[in-house]
Amino acid sequence: MSEHKDLTRRRVIKSGAAAAAAAGATPYFFTRAFADGHGYMNAPKGDTVTFGFNVPQTGAYADEGADELRAYEMAVEHINAGGGGMLDTFSSKELKGGINGKKVKFVTGDTQTKSDAARASAKRMIENDGAIMITGGSSSGVAIAVQGLCQEAGVIFMSGLTHSNDTTGKDKRANGFRHFFNTEMTGAALGPVLQNNYGNDRKVYHLTADYTWGYSQEGSMIKYTKPYNWETVATVKTPVGAGDFSQFITPILSSGADTLVLNHYGKDMVNSLTQAVQFGLAGKQVNGKDFTIVVPLYSRLMAQGAGDNVKGIFGSTNWHWSLQDEGSKAFVKAFGEKYGFPPSQAAHTTYCQAILYADAAQRAGTFKPSEVGKALEDFEFDGLGNGKVLYRGSDHQCFKDVLVVKGKENPTSKFDVLEVVEVTPRAKVEYPVELLGGELGPYNNG
Amino acid sequence: MEKNVALKDTTLFFGFAAVILLLPILLEPIGANYPDLLQKIAIFGIFAIGFNILFGLTGYLSFGHAAFIGIGSYMTLWSFKLLTMNVVPAIMFSVILAGVFAYIIGFVSLRRSGIYFSILTLAFAQMCYSLAYSVLTPITNGETGLQTRAIRKSSETSLLDGDIRIIDQAFGVQELGVPTTNFFGMAMSGYTGFYFCAVLLIVCFFIAQRITRSNFGIMLKAIKSNQNRLNYTGIHTRPYLITAFVISGMYAGLAGSLMAATDPIAGAERMQWTASGEVVLMTILGGVGTLVGPVLGAGIIKYAEQKVSSWNEGILESFFSFLPETLQHFMANLGVLFVGEGWHTTLGLLFMIIVIFLPGGIMEGIRRIGAKFSRKKPEADTNAAAPQPAE
Amino acid sequence: MDAIFLQFLNGLDKGGAYALIALGLTLVFGTLGVVNFAHGALFMMGAFCAVTLQRLLNISYERVSETETDFLGKPLKEQVPYLQDIVGTDTAAWIGDYSVPLSIFLAIIVMGIVGVIMERGLIKHFYKRPHADQILVTFGLAIVVGELIRHYYGANPIPQSAPNSVSGSANVGEWFGLGPNVIYPWWRLVYFAFSATVIFGVFAFLQFTTFGMVVRAGMQDREMVGLLGINIERKFTIVFALAAIVAGVAGAMYTPILPPDYNMGMDFLVLSFVVVVVGGMGSLGGAVLAGFLLGILQSFASMQAVQNLIPGISQIIVYLIAVIVLLTLPRGLLGRKGVMED
Repeated sequence: MSEHKDLTRRRVIKSGAAAAAAAGATPYFFTRAFADGHGYMNAPKGDTVTFGFNVPQTGAYADEGADELRAYEMAVEHINAGGGGMLDTFSSKELKGGINGKKVKFVTGDTQTKSDAARASAKRMIENDGAIMITGGSSSGVAIAVQGLCQEAGVIFMSGLTHSNDTTGKDKRANGFRHFFNTEMTGAALGPVLQNNYGNDRKVYHLTADYTWGYSQEGSMIKYTKPYNWETVATVKTPVGAGDFSQFITPILSSGADTLVLNHYGKDMVNSLTQAVQFGLAGKQVNGKDFTIVVPLYSRLMAQGAGDNVKGIFGSTNWHWSLQDEGSKAFVKAFGEKYGFPPSQAAHTTYCQAILYADAAQRAGTFKPSEVGKALEDFEFDGLGNGKVLYRGSDHQCFKDVLVVKGKENPTSKFDVLEVVEVTPRAKVEYPVELLGGELGPYNNG
Repeated sequence: MEKNVALKDTTLFFGFAAVILLLPILLEPIGANYPDLLQKIAIFGIFAIGFNILFGLTGYLSFGHAAFIGIGSYMTLWSFKLLTMNVVPAIMFSVILAGVFAYIIGFVSLRRSGIYFSILTLAFAQMCYSLAYSVLTPITNGETGLQTRAIRKSSETSLLDGDIRIIDQAFGVQELGVPTTNFFGMAMSGYTGFYFCAVLLIVCFFIAQRITRSNFGIMLKAIKSNQNRLNYTGIHTRPYLITAFVISGMYAGLAGSLMAATDPIAGAERMQWTASGEVVLMTILGGVGTLVGPVLGAGIIKYAEQKVSSWNEGILESFFSFLPETLQHFMANLGVLFVGEGWHTTLGLLFMIIVIFLPGGIMEGIRRIGAKFSRKKPEADTNAAAPQPAE
Repeated sequence: MDAIFLQFLNGLDKGGAYALIALGLTLVFGTLGVVNFAHGALFMMGAFCAVTLQRLLNISYERVSETETDFLGKPLKEQVPYLQDIVGTDTAAWIGDYSVPLSIFLAIIVMGIVGVIMERGLIKHFYKRPHADQILVTFGLAIVVGELIRHYYGANPIPQSAPNSVSGSANVGEWFGLGPNVIYPWWRLVYFAFSATVIFGVFAFLQFTTFGMVVRAGMQDREMVGLLGINIERKFTIVFALAAIVAGVAGAMYTPILPPDYNMGMDFLVLSFVVVVVGGMGSLGGAVLAGFLLGILQSFASMQAVQNLIPGISQIIVYLIAVIVLLTLPRGLLGRKGVMED
């Protein structure tokens, strides 16, 4: 190159104008090519209807995502066959093979447990694959992000594993529905059980994951143990993914606390619990009491990662495969025979969500989000493993019994990590809708 | 020669503009012609072009550019929440703020070079990420991400949960629920959103082309080839480097702003160092130092993330259905290693192959093939030379 | 006082791990001149050596139980490890109990082989390439290794337990005449002692053997060593394998503290680079010093009193230190002139 042109204003203007003209000339006729005349987004054409399964396939929650996907595939089989597994025990008998005369097919996407990736993947399923409903996810940040997106796009979102209050509280949306429980219910269920086992007047130390779910879980635990005079010694925020928690654990030894609440989930829970036990917290005597550790939200898949350390430690869970009601038994049998191991709570909640959506669409006679939503609102059902359940219309949250579980002392297999200590009845964990704030707003049909 | 270069540039520019604007049609055969992916390609194209101004021209490898994406996104969201849903002020503020941050971070980081520079930028970006995720939750809404809301009913509602939008309110705009972002009434979602991003991408491409050809660009390349010599000749290189850093930071801020404009949410994970790593991958994959390469790389990576990740076992089984059943299962099982949940493996491998065999990225591959067919000696374009990043 | 003492212990422990990783990283950089972004992956592979050994020891055949049933109500298929039949139940239990320390031997073999293959197959070709290329290709390799591990071992952490004899806590307070609340897990003390031993071992190896002398000379002036007719290439392979082994055993021994998962390498990568840079690229002593320094500062920054003073400091302390050190001491704590500067 012998000569170089400087960036001159004239050149910019000249070429810039050309670019603008070129852009203006491009036709806009395909602006909404994906919407059609049926009155709602992605109205199914032909004899199939598409579900979008948006689960973490890479990242820390990939194993949970894989289990969710297994459950979804099984749910689709059962919906198309009009029976099998927990669909047989489901109280509503409307599904008789397909939905509204259409067979279900599905597309999958990887959320990577990142809001951006999850939204992008949900958008692909809506814009490119024509998904009528999006479901899945295994963290609250992602669930809230995708729920907001589905509201804007005009499809139904059936959230998967999301435990934060905000999903059906502050951030609730008309198009979004949650089967899983939340930190409020965990607190309400755990409080009395903890008091029964550990008595009144305890000094509690909170280690809390430094993000929204952690704050919300910490708040509920404090609120529901206060009546028993459990006093908070300290609440310490820990960085997400800290790995080594030793620097947060050693101060507990000299803090005078006799109870440690680990408001951690996933890898953080595995690591902090393993390390807390290593530091000899579990066997200590403080204030004349046995030192106690509580993990408010358990996941069996993750509890396996903590090995022997979970023994005797209380927590809550949405569902557990050892339940002996007809629905759970049927579900475990179908899942176990297909895959060779029992399903996780993530698999359970996603299976339920798929079935519930299918049933609601069948009862509504259409896939139109507002109609399906109305069919789900205040729908009461049974036979899906949690006893009688209500999909509350005012916040699109399921209300059901909550399981309080404990790490099993003598596990018989590697799946047998938790035992159900108490089933807290639904009435005890219900709360008024105003408590968590937020507004549903109107349905969006796209 | 000068005329020749100018002509080539003009051809390249118009060719590029045409291809970008025709993307919705061109990408149809591979199933990538839906608005979100197209928007992402354009946005990350801007990001990668900007990154290339720093890395491709000066050889300074920044591992912290994702921070500017985050800053742009948060600023845009706050503009939506406080001022107006119109994207113009949002984009302006974002680019300016990203530039300010880039100046501060660049001013400090550019006191060092080589891997020390990389680690410094990485450290700054990780600090931004950690703080945004936790301590700065009142500004960033932490893990949940900052979102636009309906107009708040009372001043007791926190600004995170209710917006005020002073300008829109002053003009008496009636809002139903949460309004969509717009460009003077044109909604920023769908294909309109893509064309908006595409026009900006073309403008950014044009500016980058001008910069590359300018004296300033030559100076940057001189820094890359031998900074010491420049220093000895009495040229103070730091102002040039800082300018390049700020420009590329502003590009990143623009990209972040557009991400939030087409999809109004901003989360801290955009700032994580892996996000910075992604733009490095894009640039390398397409071709460092070339103008078109980074955009190409951005397109390929976004396509892989969206489409390759969705090729699950079922799709593989049907793809291999022409094979006998046992072979079909075998192929499907093998395939799962590379597509669907295994798409990261493909990305990693592809990346290694590129760095090992084609250091100039895909653009160099195209040129080599082109040279073979035309039987002509490849043009000795400075852009085309294999990258020699400074150490 | 007790709290500060405990945080100091934490810092030493963390620092030990950081120093071990950084040591290999800086060794490779100093001698081979290669920036290895896959070093974290080597650490992770070492950790998975421990997992693999545990799995190998548990390779079993099935025996249908007469009394117990599985979760579907069918007769339970008991898994009986072959090892039990070969060496008897008690010995098998003992070996199982000590699987983590024993995995060091597996890690040495596996990581040695991995190191040689990696150096001969990939790194060798990058000696003359720019550092940026080295970073990029090893980064790609790290992604691939991580994904392969995820494919075969899953994404969830896999617990490894320390031997029973060292699984409890030591009453450290008694030793030093401090309060009764000063207790510390035995395994962490073991890990600290282990990391100190390995660090001394590496230093002694480089200081007192002819091989070490050549390597140190190579770190000072590679060209000159080559001109002296010493086959530096062969030495490079061994140095790389040594670095891989150090990272590997560090990873294997770390598993009882942190259940390993496929992303462990990436988690440690950034941190170990910060350690190396703060210590000074290519300085072994600097890496060790910076490792312990950052470990200790990280521990103190997490204390509630400090957190109250500066919110969020525990999250950014490492990076903040890196920025401060690099701006005041341009070559890190103990870096030499002319290394990695354009």
